[in-house]
Amino acid sequence: MDKFYHSVKLEPELCKGCINCIKRCPTQAIRVRNGKAQINSKFCIDCGECIRICPHHAKTASYDKLDTIRQYEYAVALPPPSLYSQFNNLDDVNIVLNALKLMGFDDVFEVSAAAEIVSEATRSYIKTHESSLPFISTACPSVVRLIRVRFPNLIPQLLPINPPVEVAACMAAERAMEATGLPREKIGVFFLSPCPSKVAYVKAPLGTEKSQVDHVLAIKEVYPQLLAYMKAVEDDAEEISESGKIGISWGRSGGEASGLFTDRYLAADGIENVIRVLEDLEDQKFANLEFVELNACNGGCIGGVLTVENPYVAEVKLKRLRKYMPVARSHMGDDAQGYVPWTTGVQFEPVFRLGDNMMESFARLEQVERLCKRLPGLDCGSCGAPTCKALAEDIVRGEASERDCIYYLRENLHKLSKEVSVLADDINDGIKGGREAFPILMDYIRRISNEMTSLDSRMNEQENDD
Amino acid sequence: MAEAIRLTYEISPDDFTRAGEASSDVKKKLRSLGVSPDAIRKVAIAMYEGEINMVIHAEGGIITVDISPDKIVMILADKGPGIPDIEQAMQAGWSTAPNEIRSLGFGAGMGLPNMKKYTDEMTIDTVIGKGTTITMVVKI
Repeated sequence: MDKFYHSVKLEPELCKGCINCIKRCPTQAIRVRNGKAQINSKFCIDCGECIRICPHHAKTASYDKLDTIRQYEYAVALPPPSLYSQFNNLDDVNIVLNALKLMGFDDVFEVSAAAEIVSEATRSYIKTHESSLPFISTACPSVVRLIRVRFPNLIPQLLPINPPVEVAACMAAERAMEATGLPREKIGVFFLSPCPSKVAYVKAPLGTEKSQVDHVLAIKEVYPQLLAYMKAVEDDAEEISESGKIGISWGRSGGEASGLFTDRYLAADGIENVIRVLEDLEDQKFANLEFVELNACNGGCIGGVLTVENPYVAEVKLKRLRKYMPVARSHMGDDAQGYVPWTTGVQFEPVFRLGDNMMESFARLEQVERLCKRLPGLDCGSCGAPTCKALAEDIVRGEASERDCIYYLRENLHKLSKEVSVLADDINDGIKGGREAFPILMDYIRRISNEMTSLDSRMNEQENDD
Repeated sequence: MAEAIRLTYEISPDDFTRAGEASSDVKKKLRSLGVSPDAIRKVAIAMYEGEINMVIHAEGGIITVDISPDKIVMILADKGPGIPDIEQAMQAGWSTAPNEIRSLGFGAGMGLPNMKKYTDEMTIDTVIGKGTTITMVVKI
């Protein structure tokens, strides 16, 4: 599988070529070329910001449909704690879990139960690795992908423990095989995801060779059906929940850290804030930290772009739900031990490098600096790149030209027409004259006309899209 | 008169992650006995708060729950530091819970006030340095 597999995709027929997404993308992965947005798959970290911002709904996430469960003899649902925060007045998780069974799943394994095991493993990992503190949470795949391409110095700080969804999938698959005697391929493990980032994780995981999650469904798509089944369950909800306060808290920012019983932690949410923290962490601005929890979405997983509820409302609901829960219900046992640690490391991917080697990069950097001085510095986005600097980098990589800059083009036209008028004056004054002046004049007119055509065609492109 | 059912729980101070399991178990048992949902809720909340307090402040202890047809009596006995000022401890918002567990939602200072609020009777016997015994009654 492609290590840069992505869930976030563009629907070209819906894209109007506006500049909203290029401005919002935290890794500057999007360019508008020929009137359509293009996502650079090496830069993209599947955070979903472009899906959030696109006014034309031209950015989407790919995920599986619910009827995929029919392909399996036995299907297991993995509901995350963020799912529980989507419902009004829910005071018993078991209602959701039983509704999932009515919906067609044969078994349910809570991600929050696996999260409690991950919390336990993290506590003991921190205790036994005190010389390498702090550790950075690896639960949010977008954060891990961001570090992989942009913060190589922080790769050794990544907590080498599988995210709860992976541990849940492993345990669920094993439990299903034991209960049914079926081979693994006849059992389908389905994650109900709050975000596209987990879809990408499942197809191209980090820290493990192959994910045990077989399919990923979107919370927002399952939600309406689930609601109907929850009404049917209501009063006789069988007690199947295996998680407590710690597991449920994972759904929101700060939740993972709260399960570590230390106040030497930092929790940041929202991709821009995450980047700021990582920059500071790289500069070693923090002392005395044990753990850094980072979530790409505002509010944590409850803020995922595939959820339905406002993340701040969801947080209140989650708090209410966990209020009188036991601290934890799931504990580390022999059944989980083997599924917790990472089995492969994360490699730095130098995708933002300007050249293939040091010398080339250095020369290109100088070119970028020179170009930046010439470009207007307005970061208007009209060229299709988010900033003038990004355009300069595209130019030295050979992916764009200076003429893409609308101000450069205007300046050029201005200069040419000035020269033409000087020439015309000269002819008039008899300084230059006769036949030899005409080819020069014609050349100027041709150049102006070319510039105008290129400007026109760009304008037309945008008009045609409207 | 039917005999009372007695449930006994040893609350371990060693593993904070087990806190709240005893009250969760009592809740399950009361439900299977067909006790009214309102009474279950009161018992569950009051005992939960008491159980958490025993783990956070008193290094564990013993909880005894007597269920009879007309009432549920919970006795929470610990050998902790005792409560120096009961009046202060009963004030809503007063808390001495440590920082590292506050982000789990503990330490709001509602433990004792909620225990009083959700029970029909509550008595506190506390001796500094020896321990605390809290008796709570919920009528059904």
